[in-house]
Amino acid sequence: MSSLLRRFHPQTLRVVALALVLALVIAFFSSQIDNYLSPRMFNRIATSAAVILPIAIGQAMVVMTRNIDLSVGSLVGIVAYLIGDFLGDVPLGPVPTLLLALALGAFCGAINGALVAYGRVPSIIATLGTLALFRTFLVEYSNAATITTDSLPKWVVDLPQATIFTVGTFEVRVMVVVSLVAAMIFGIALSRLRSARKFYAVGSNPDAAAMAGINSARVVFMAFVLSGVLAGLAGLIFLAKFGNITVVAGLGFELKSIAAVVVGGVNIFGGSGTILGVVLGTVLVDTIDNSLTRWALVSEFWREALLGILIMTAVAADTFMTRSFARMRRSTLQGVS
Amino acid sequence: MKQFFASWEGLLLVILVIVVATNAFTVDEFLTRQNQINLFQLSIEKIIVALAMTFIIISAEIDLSVASIMGLAACAFAILFHSGVPAGVAIVLCLLLGVAAGAFNAFWVAYVGIPSLVVTLAMLIGYRGFARVLLEDQGLGNFPDWFVRLGRDPFIGPFPLSLIVFVALLVGLSILLHRTGFGRQVFVIGNNAEVARYSGVKVARIRTILFIMSGFVSALAGLFYAGRLASVRGDAAFGFELDIITMVLLGGVSVFGGKGSMLGVLLSILIVLNLRNGMALENITGHIQTAVIGILLIGSVLGPNLIDNLRKRPA
Repeated sequence: MSSLLRRFHPQTLRVVALALVLALVIAFFSSQIDNYLSPRMFNRIATSAAVILPIAIGQAMVVMTRNIDLSVGSLVGIVAYLIGDFLGDVPLGPVPTLLLALALGAFCGAINGALVAYGRVPSIIATLGTLALFRTFLVEYSNAATITTDSLPKWVVDLPQATIFTVGTFEVRVMVVVSLVAAMIFGIALSRLRSARKFYAVGSNPDAAAMAGINSARVVFMAFVLSGVLAGLAGLIFLAKFGNITVVAGLGFELKSIAAVVVGGVNIFGGSGTILGVVLGTVLVDTIDNSLTRWALVSEFWREALLGILIMTAVAADTFMTRSFARMRRSTLQGVS
Repeated sequence: MKQFFASWEGLLLVILVIVVATNAFTVDEFLTRQNQINLFQLSIEKIIVALAMTFIIISAEIDLSVASIMGLAACAFAILFHSGVPAGVAIVLCLLLGVAAGAFNAFWVAYVGIPSLVVTLAMLIGYRGFARVLLEDQGLGNFPDWFVRLGRDPFIGPFPLSLIVFVALLVGLSILLHRTGFGRQVFVIGNNAEVARYSGVKVARIRTILFIMSGFVSALAGLFYAGRLASVRGDAAFGFELDIITMVLLGGVSVFGGKGSMLGVLLSILIVLNLRNGMALENITGHIQTAVIGILLIGSVLGPNLIDNLRKRPA
């Protein structure tokens, strides 16, 4: 057993364990809820996860550099609202709107990045502050008005239903594919690009990274900009999915993204984590969240409590596994020498 | 004397004087006694928790779950009281609940070694979730008269009980932090926990005490909150941690631990309260107030960093 464990990288084992847990959860819920394993349920979970996934990936990038971004929720709200408002006056096509959303997200992310990387404000303080500032800006700008679907161009309203292809009754929605493609791009880039290794280096050991000639400030700045860009994408998906945007849009998304990231095996101390893990973590958290609302046994008010317990369990399991693997590797190595 | 004014506390004192003076000259009802007492009353729960949070942050930890513990204690009190439990017993049970919550946090941070940021972030969600489970979507009120008046009725002189509790905690905790061995150990742990451990400081035990204290004080504050609002919902005290942490950090307590003073926290509390009070009297919305506080928070860290950068730049 220990030789098997030694052969695989701990991260791989973590991802496999995560997939197993997901399978178990799905199996459990399918026994409790009727029509659980249907295309409709799949789409419901998939579209809901499609909003959170970009945010989770952005959060993972930031956490990898040993920081945290608590402002993503407010960022999503701002992008969703401002784009929705803008589209009401100037109807744009899908591509310009996407670019606008990404640019807006990048701008807000740059503010965070400047504060943390160059102002050397600890990320928890900086993003706690921008969380409040962004939300306040949104409230003041909107004057508590709501964006409604009748002011939005048709392609936005139709987007949630748009499918890429259909296999029988099984539909693959555009929004889901867009989210997954973004995840794949980041996943491949992180594991293959040499410059992407810098994110891991800065989070793993900032001093060593600096001595190796890595410009830590720029890396951290980029991480926050990317987090903003992805939150912008999520904001656009959010706008398309819900149509009606209030000033509390996106409230609490930062907690969900951290849950997804932590469950997905990204170490909160930075320096490790895989995008595949984040995808699985997002799907797991979202599956549990969506399934609980449909489970008659448990009232919807348990959602938040169970989410908190889930995160604690994931982090505790992660800590135990990491420690016991380290101990096992050390003991087998000692046995060999 | 000059040393005092060059320090963070000195800077805070100057800012406080500016804020109070601005309020006194531009806002009409500012200098009335009722307003001065109101100033504290509206935020009395937050400033009580801020005192306990100071210890936590000096020890290089953080407790993001305080607002959720406040809400949980308030909701628990409401449910218990409405189930027929006498108010006095309910109060004791809720305080014990706070202790239990703090102990739960402490276990994971001090003994398992999971970063406090993660644990208290998860429990911020968890305890808030339990509060919602208790109350679902109803609002409960109809508390006993004496309970509701705890924050209003004069207890000693013209000052209500909650204010007395705050002052007592302020004095007691200041002595604990700055004049006892325990307080010294908290600073040492914040500076370098490993060195503290090798020096014989019982790090895990002290961390446990601090988180339990934080849980207890949060529950106490939650009860005062329930009394002041006279009715409780599942989202009681939602988001309070932002203000609480801001007050502590603005007070010169380093987020990396090992540095800070109760005097600084007191001054920053007064600044935040006066700012909010002045803005409220000028009909500035709560959101902009929060934004101003947010800017103040970022500025309090950014400012010294920028000054450091300028100093380091070769002439």
